Amino acid sequence: MKHSRRDFLKLGFITLAGVTLPLSAFELLTPEALATIKKGNGKRWAFVLDTTKCIGCGMCVKACKLENEIPFEANVSRTWVERYVELKNGEVLIDSPKEGRYGYIKNDPQGRNIKEEDIAKGFFVCKLCNQCEKPSCVQVCPVGATYKTPDGVILIDRKWCIGCGYCIQNCPYGARFFHPVYNTAEKCTFCYHRITKGMNSACVDACAFGARKIGNINDPNSEVHRIVNTERVMVLKPEYGNKPMVFYVGHDSIVR
Amino acid sequence: MTIEHVHGELWTLKELFTYPNEFIYWTVHIAIYPYLTGLVAGAFVLSSLYHVFGKQELKPVAKFSLIFSFALLIMAPQPLLLFHLTQPQRSFNVFFTPHFYSAIAAFGVVFSTYMAIVAVEIWFAYRKFIVEQAMTRKGIMRLIYKAMTLGSYDVSEKALHTDERAIKFLAAIGIPAACFLHGYVGFIFGSVKSVAFWFTPLMPVIFLMSAIVSGVALCIFTYIIAMKLMKREIDIAATRSMGQVLAWFMIVAFTLELLDIVSHGYAAKKDWEILSTIIFDRFAFNIFALQWGLGMVVPMILLFLPGLTIRRAFISSALVLMGVFMMRWNVVIGGQSMSKSLAGYMTYKMPVIPYNIETFREGLVAVIFLLVMPFVLLWLFDRILPVFKNQGAGH
Repeated sequence: MKHSRRDFLKLGFITLAGVTLPLSAFELLTPEALATIKKGNGKRWAFVLDTTKCIGCGMCVKACKLENEIPFEANVSRTWVERYVELKNGEVLIDSPKEGRYGYIKNDPQGRNIKEEDIAKGFFVCKLCNQCEKPSCVQVCPVGATYKTPDGVILIDRKWCIGCGYCIQNCPYGARFFHPVYNTAEKCTFCYHRITKGMNSACVDACAFGARKIGNINDPNSEVHRIVNTERVMVLKPEYGNKPMVFYVGHDSIVR
Repeated sequence: MTIEHVHGELWTLKELFTYPNEFIYWTVHIAIYPYLTGLVAGAFVLSSLYHVFGKQELKPVAKFSLIFSFALLIMAPQPLLLFHLTQPQRSFNVFFTPHFYSAIAAFGVVFSTYMAIVAVEIWFAYRKFIVEQAMTRKGIMRLIYKAMTLGSYDVSEKALHTDERAIKFLAAIGIPAACFLHGYVGFIFGSVKSVAFWFTPLMPVIFLMSAIVSGVALCIFTYIIAMKLMKREIDIAATRSMGQVLAWFMIVAFTLELLDIVSHGYAAKKDWEILSTIIFDRFAFNIFALQWGLGMVVPMILLFLPGLTIRRAFISSALVLMGVFMMRWNVVIGGQSMSKSLAGYMTYKMPVIPYNIETFREGLVAVIFLLVMPFVLLWLFDRILPVFKNQGAGH
C-alpha cells in the first residue's frame, strides 16, 4: 500500500481534529457550566447562627450525626461546636472536644481548670459548611465529583469521588473530611434531602434555643433574609473570597 | 454503624486548637509524588542537554538518563494512584471527566503527553540497535525486538540521519513539556489558598528548579554506582559536566527557596505568627540543617571547589537527593502541620510497621516499594535496551 504526501497530511489532520474535538467537549461540561445552564428558581439557601443564643449543649451535633449517618463515635462531624474562653490576662482558649457532641458541662477549656473570676468572656460558636458562593472545593475537584446546585448547596457524588483530598485541603473552614464508611469526601449539605422537601435541617430542629436558622435568603418573608438584611452579621474568613453563606450574629474577633 | 478510626487519625497528633475535621490528609506519598516527578524532569533535562544543546561531554550518560527518566515516569504517579487515593479503582475518572479548573485534572493530559514524547524519543534513539537485535537474536527475544521495530527495518545512512533529527526535535519539545509537568505539580500546592505555607506564585518555579537539581543528582549518583557495580571506568568529563549543571541549577533553586521564606516573613500577614513557629521551631532542623545546610550549602561548596573528583561528586549528589526529599517533606507535611484555625498544630507520625490496610498503604512499606521500583525498572529496561553502551554495540 502506497500513500502520497497528500494522503498522509489529510489523514494526519483528520486524526488531529478527531482527538482535539472530544477534548474540547470535555471542557464545556464542567459542573459550574452545567449549573448555569440549568435555570435556578432564584432560591438560595443560607444559614444564620446566633452565637448569643448558643449554650453549647451539642444537641445539633448529635442530631446531625444521626440524621446523616456519620458514625457517632467517629472523630469527624458535618457540624461542630467550638468553645471560646478569653481570660482577663488576654489569653484565649479554644477547644471543641469530640466536636462538642456530648455538650459542654464543665468549665475546662483545653482540659485546664479555669477559675470563673479569671474569665473575661466566653461563648460558643457552631460551625458547618458555609455553602460558599465561590466554593474553592468545587474549583479544585479533579473529576467534578463535587458541585454546586442551582439553589446554592454544595454536594458530593459519593459514587464518583476518587478520594484525593484536594477539596479538603482547599476548604479554609475545615468543613470537609473523609467519610469513615464510604471513604469519600464528606461535608454538611444543610440537610439537602430535608430542605428540598420543606423541612428544616436536622440541627435546626434539634436546637432548643433558636440559635440555628435555615432559609431562602432571596425570599423577603424568610427569617434568614430579615436577619441578614436588618441586623449586623458577619461571615467567617471573608479574606479568602469564597463568599460564605452562613451568617453569624454576635461574632467576635477571637473566633477562628 | 461502628467505626474504629477515621482516615488520617492513625498518624495525626493534634495540639491546642485544631478544627475537629482536620488531620494530616496528605501524607508521605504526597511528598514522594513530586519527588519522583522531579527526578523525571531532571533526568530528561540532562539527556536533552546533549541531544539539543550538544554538550558532548554528556554523551556517555545521555541514553542512560533518558531511559532512567522513563523508568521514573512510570513510577511517578503511583504514590497517588496506588496508595494515596481512598478510591484507587476510580483513578481513571481523571481521564473520563477531567475538571480543568483543578490543577490535578491536568495530570492525565500532561503525564500521557510527556510519556509519549519520552517513549518515542527512546524508540528513535535505539532504533538501529533494535533492528540489529531483531535480525540476529533467536527465540522469544527475537519476537520482542521484532515487535519493537514496529515494522521499520530501514537503517540506511539516510534513515539514521532522519532518526537523529527526530530525536533532536523530541528532546527539544520535551524540555517545555518537562517544565510544564513539574510546574503543574508545583501549582497543585501553590494554588491552595487555605494553606499559608503553600500559597505562593513562586511554588511552581521552586518545584521546577529543585526538580532539575534532584534529577541531575540522581543521574550522577546512579551512574557512579552502576559503573562501580559493572567494574567499568567512570567518565570523569561526563561526571564533571553533570556536577557543573547541578551546581548552577542549585544556585537558582536555593535563591528561590530563600526568597519564598523571606517574603512570607517580610509581609508577615496574619498567618505568619504561627507559620514562623513552623519554620523556625518545629521544622527548623529539617529546613535549616537538612534541606539547606547538608542538602544545599555543603554540596554546593563541594561542587564549586576546583578539580571535582568522583568521590566528591558522589557525596554531593547523595546529599542533594536527601536535601530535595526533605524539601518535599517540609513543604507537604510542614504546610499541613499548622491548623487552618491558626491556633493549633498537627504532627505527622508515619506508620512504620503495618497492622492494617491503612497503615500498609500509607506506611513505610509502600514508601520503600515506591523508591526501589525505579531502579528495578531501570535494571529491567537495561536487559532490553542497554543504557551504558553505544548504539549497536550489542549486549
